[in-house]
Amino acid sequence: MDIKVSVRQSDGASGPTVVDLNGEIDVYTSPKVKETISELIDQQHYRLVINLENVRYIDSTGLGVLIGGLKRVREHSGSVNLVCNNPQIRKIFDITGLVKIFGIYDDEKAACESI
Amino acid sequence: MREHLTAEGSGHTLDGNLQLRIPSRAEWVSVARLAVAGIAHRIDATIDEVEDLKLAVAEACTNCIQHAQGNEEVLVTFEISGRRITVVVEDGGKGFDGRALAPEPLGEPKVGGLGVFLIRSLMDEVDYDFDPLTGTKLTMSKMLGL
Repeated sequence: MDIKVSVRQSDGASGPTVVDLNGEIDVYTSPKVKETISELIDQQHYRLVINLENVRYIDSTGLGVLIGGLKRVREHSGSVNLVCNNPQIRKIFDITGLVKIFGIYDDEKAACESI
Repeated sequence: MREHLTAEGSGHTLDGNLQLRIPSRAEWVSVARLAVAGIAHRIDATIDEVEDLKLAVAEACTNCIQHAQGNEEVLVTFEISGRRITVVVEDGGKGFDGRALAPEPLGEPKVGGLGVFLIRSLMDEVDYDFDPLTGTKLTMSKMLGL
């Protein structure tokens, strides 16, 4: 079980920074995600789109990493949008009430346009 | 009269107990997750039920690993009785008070406490038995097919 993390810029320099995650996010793999997001924020990337389309599983430690990132970018008037079309993952955001805190979109285009 | 699930064509009930003992380290939580998924598939759980059980078991193991002190292993016992699956997760260390981790209703984004909240949301019954000497024992059960 592992997580692959990659970063790219959407629509050139003016667009948000997109973080692609592929795999499972749990207590073992979430530090890698946290490190990437922290580094981006340290580099003043405050508009983040985190693409969870290829994430098969996320637990509370993964949610904690996303919440931590959101808190940090908000300190700089930034925001985090999520791309999520997996019903099982979406259900976890619904149960925890995080749908009210994150912008969650079915596709990346909408997530990037709305940030 | 309660109907018992049977192995395909065998006539044997699937009721029984299974145990898994994992090292108390983060890299082993996925094994507990895979184990409960396999068991849940074996008793014809739906995809949603499998995912609920995977997350609840993983959260319980994660709590043991993150909060308990002095434990080297996490013991996970699966009990199958008809359509009910009960999972007992024990840390065997100094334990942690799961009741103290239970979160208040969510409003502001918070990093901690989500694990216990998820367990309580996904399982039908959850009970913590906390003893500072023998550790924490979390018992949770779910009736399949509801």
